[in-house]
This record gives sequence, C-alpha cells and structure tokens, in this order.
Amino acid sequence: MIKTVFERSLPVGETFSIKKNVISNGTGKKRVCIVSGTHGDELEGQFICFQFQKEILEEIDCLDGTIEVYPALNPMGIDSISRGIPNFDLDMNRIFPGDPQGTMAEQAAAAIVEDIKGADMVIDIHSSNIFLREVPQVRISEMTADVLVPWARHLNTDFIWVHGAATVLEATLAHSLNTRDTPTLVVELGVGMRINHYYGKKMVLGLKNLIAKMGMWKGAVDQSAITDPIVSVGDQVSFVNAPASGIFSTETHNERIVEVGDSLGQIISPLTGEVIEDIKAPCRGYLFTIRAYPVCYEGSLLARIHRI
Amino acid sequence: MRKELIFSMESPYRDTFRIWGYRFGSGEKSLAVVGAMRGDEVHQQLVCAQLVSRLEKMEKEGKLMEGHEILVIPSANPFSMNIEKRFWALDGTDINRMFPGYDLGETTQRIASGLFEAIKDYRYGIQMASSYMSGDFIPHVRITRTGFEDVDTARLFGLPYVSVREAKPFDTATLNYNWQIWCAKAYSLYGGQNDDVTPESSRAMVDSILKFTHRIGLSVPVANSAKMSYETIVVEDGDIVKVKAPSAGIFQTAVKAGDEVGEGQVIARIIDPYEGKVLDHVTSPCDGVVFYLLNKPLALQSGPIFEIIAFSPASAAQDGHGDRRP
Ligand SMILES: [Zn+2]
Repeated sequence: MIKTVFERSLPVGETFSIKKNVISNGTGKKRVCIVSGTHGDELEGQFICFQFQKEILEEIDCLDGTIEVYPALNPMGIDSISRGIPNFDLDMNRIFPGDPQGTMAEQAAAAIVEDIKGADMVIDIHSSNIFLREVPQVRISEMTADVLVPWARHLNTDFIWVHGAATVLEATLAHSLNTRDTPTLVVELGVGMRINHYYGKKMVLGLKNLIAKMGMWKGAVDQSAITDPIVSVGDQVSFVNAPASGIFSTETHNERIVEVGDSLGQIISPLTGEVIEDIKAPCRGYLFTIRAYPVCYEGSLLARIHRI
Repeated sequence: MRKELIFSMESPYRDTFRIWGYRFGSGEKSLAVVGAMRGDEVHQQLVCAQLVSRLEKMEKEGKLMEGHEILVIPSANPFSMNIEKRFWALDGTDINRMFPGYDLGETTQRIASGLFEAIKDYRYGIQMASSYMSGDFIPHVRITRTGFEDVDTARLFGLPYVSVREAKPFDTATLNYNWQIWCAKAYSLYGGQNDDVTPESSRAMVDSILKFTHRIGLSVPVANSAKMSYETIVVEDGDIVKVKAPSAGIFQTAVKAGDEVGEGQVIARIIDPYEGKVLDHVTSPCDGVVFYLLNKPLALQSGPIFEIIAFSPASAAQDGHGDRRP
C-alpha cells in the first residue's frame, strides 16, 4: 500500500511528495524500513528497492511482519539529476533530524524521522557519488558498532567500515535514527548515476538474509552465497588523495588485495603528453574505493585501502 | 600594505587557484577579515575590496595604531565566482562547511585548511557571510553560540542588531564556529544581498568594520562614525517569530528588511500562478521589525518567508502562520 510521508504544494501547480510502499503479511509485529534516494545522483538503491519488493511479493507468504520501502527521500533531486535538493544549499543528509519550523527540506527531514522511528531495523542505501566506485559495504559509526556490526554481517556485503564519530555526522539520517532507538545500517555500493545489477542482486540477497535472521522471512536464503565481510575497525583505512591536478587514468578495479607499490593509476596531462604523477598503493590491503571520475584536483580522493 | 599569496593550487584546465591576503601594520595579530567564500558573494567581496582601499589610505596617513596587524582576504573562492557557481564547481562542496580543514584531505578541505592556517591566530575575526536561506536580512552581526561567544564586543560594530543563534550540527564545520573554538572572537556580518554592489550597501558595511577597528584600538575614529550610533539590540532565537507561507504561489512582499510592522498588518500576498487571485494575505503575527524576508519570487507551501523580531518577547513563544483572509 502506497502511503505519503510528506507533502507540500510547489509554487506552480505541482505537489511535492515523499512516498513509501508498505508490504505486510502474517501476524509478526516487526517492521523493517528500506530507505534510499537521499542523494539524487545515487541510483543503485532504485534497482534494489524494485528487486527486493519484487522478490518479496513473489513469495509473500514467507513474510511475517512489515516491510516499508522509501525509494526516494529526495525525489526532486533524482528527477533532475541533482545530488542535493534543487535550490537548497545543504546536503540532505546533513539536516536530520530536521525542524518542523524550518525550510521545506528541514520539514521533510523531520517528517521522515517521525515516520521511520521505532522500526526494528532500517537500511539506508547510498551509492557513493559520481566520483568514487565503492564495493558493497556497510558503514557504521564506532559509537553504535557493538549493536550494529552483528546485524551488518548478515547483509552479504564484502566490507564493513567502522569509522570514527564526527560532529557533522550527527546530522545524518542514520545518526538521528540510531539515537532514537531505531537501529540503522548505512550501505554504500557502486558509483553515482549508474546501476550495477550484480551488486544490486547481491544486496537483495543480503536484505532477505537479514530479515530471515530477524525472524521475518521463512523463504529460502542460500547461506553458501552469503559473503563473510572484512570488518575494518580502529583506523585501518588509508586514503590516497591526488598529489596533483590532472586527469586520473586507471585500468585497475577495486574489490581486490593490492601490494605496496602496486600501480593504482596515473595522473596525466592531455596538453603535454606527460605523466604528472604515478599513483602507487602506499600499503598492502583491500582496495575498496577507486576513483571513477577522471578529472581531479589536488586533494581529490583516488582510492581507499583497508590495511592488512 | 603587503599583498601576499595565502594559498595556491594548480588546476587541471584553468589558471592557478589563488587566495590573496592584504596585510596592514605589523605586530600583534589583531584582526582578520574574510570576504567571499562562495561564488555568489559579490557584495561580500566588494566590502572587503573597499576595506582594503580604505585601510591602505589610513595606513599611509598614519591612522592605524602601531603594534597591530590586520589581514584582509577579499576572496577565498575566485574560481566559483568566475563561473557563477555558488559552490566548488567540481564536486559541489561548500568551503564554509569544511573548517578547520585538513591539509591532506579533499580539495576544499585543503583550501579551508590553507585559509584557516593563515587566519586562526588573530584575536578578532570577521566574516562577510551569507545564509543557506535565500533572502534579505536586516544588517546584523551574527554569532553562533559555542560557549565562547562574546556578545558585548559584537555591539562595537554599531549595527542595529546582533543575532545569537544556536549551533546546528552543520554549523560546526563553518569558519565562524571554528574560529571561536580556536579562541578568536568571531563575528559574521550580514548585510545587503549577495548581488548588491551599490556603493551605499558596501560603504555602510565598511564603515561598520572601521568603527569596530577603532573601538578595539586598532585605528583612529572614522570620519562619519557619529552618524552610526545605533543602540544595538541583541536578538536571541526566542525573540524571532518565523512566518511560513500559508500557500504556495507567486510571492509578493509588501515590506522590506528593517521595516517596522504591526500585528495583523498585511506583509505579503501569495498569488495563484494560473488564475491571478490572491490565495493568501500574509499578516504579521506580532508588532516588530522585519529581520528576514524571502527574496525569491516563488513561495513553497509552509516554506519560511519572514522572520520578525517581536517587540514583546511573549509573542515569539508561538510560531505564527500568516492569517488566512478570504
Ligand atoms: Zn549518499
């Protein structure tokens, strides 16, 4: 059943609305929310929302409880290829828990938190941005790691990154929900503006596995297909930032182990034909992030490696 | 006056990105002033450019006190201004949400770090700012509450209002917030619109800054400082009544920032964009002064359109919706 979470009139004959689909079966009281589309340039979640619901509906008798799917928290952003909310300065994932007296974006954020809170589990699906390609991973703040890492292991991702807390991250949806007794896992996968079907299907299997472990799903989940993730805790991640501006050219891919000194790509000059910088792995480890967008400035992130 | 390169970075296709600073006097690091950090803050840049011009003249005439140094940085983001983008063009990030910065981090973190390194040790910091809410503000000094804020010193600008705002999480990465954490007394000045480059609007702000430099002992009095003797009023979040648009449509304001309004007075109309009829007369919920108003021609349903400083604080307790009149 489609429900409207937030609705406002736009100036010229159009209604802005944030919608969710509610699928219930059986007598179970548990509720899981799948949330995506906070950033309008991240589209992996759109396929996952579709595929997950399709598979659940095909075996609806196996469901005991309620699944709520919010595919687009920022529908105007997705519709206009804009990462943020059109005509709004702040990143939508930096304004939670919102403010009923604030701007329309802040009012929407408040309505979203109000609607989701109390769920037994929330999965907030992101897909990086147009610049970086990410392996499927769960990101968890160290403050909530004890509770969330065991659940994140069921999600069939390759990697779990437990990262330090930062004040600005207190304004994310995940933080707002986690501090309101609503366990929330943030998933990142793929790259902006594209859909990777292999990753999407892997994620859908993970979601089914998670709800099975929560006792809400009686359907078959092939345990041999579930990945045992690498868990990165305590500052084990090395960042490789561009030492110079230019075009980042790479033939490498993420999702693999790199050795110290392995080539990650080059920063090249199309004007002079010179290689400006050779980019080499600074450590041995699991390469989980690689830059996808070629144009880079000094400081642009090129890669992230979990040190082994 | 000494012109110095504060920060530079090569670009893949454009000229070198440069942040220039102008130093006056020498000795104790007393005051740093930062202008445009976003590409549309042209008013803010002009204020700093005029300030550089005035300080250069004052320095030559011996009107700056010895033993103090003033640093003015008119622009921390010429690249965005040159292509009329508000934020960093490659990735859409906001330099003013990157403080204190990180010299080994992402591009805008490096820019913020290079800027902050140059200005963090000054005793007083002034930023010519603009809000994430598009609109006109009454000229005022804004202070983010950090626990270190010095409200009384903010009165020395001689602007009519000082606004003290509670910090939201996204404020913790702004320059104002981090300056204060680093022990500077930091003030953000809000004045005209970003694209207002009339001589009057920048002169008023420059005079206000020079009044401040005099009152903190860095310069002689400015010639016309007598004309600017406002009784500065300090406004807290609770003194402000927010007015939201009762309907969506074309927004016609009937007042300007700084106007006095009475309770029940019509301050705007919302017009149906198809049929031309007045959807709503927006009335002031209280007696007060218009602190902020939307400066766009379109209003979103229940979007913020006014902030009124209430004359009697009691009326600020409940948030007002514009009255609906048939
Ligand atoms: Zn995202």
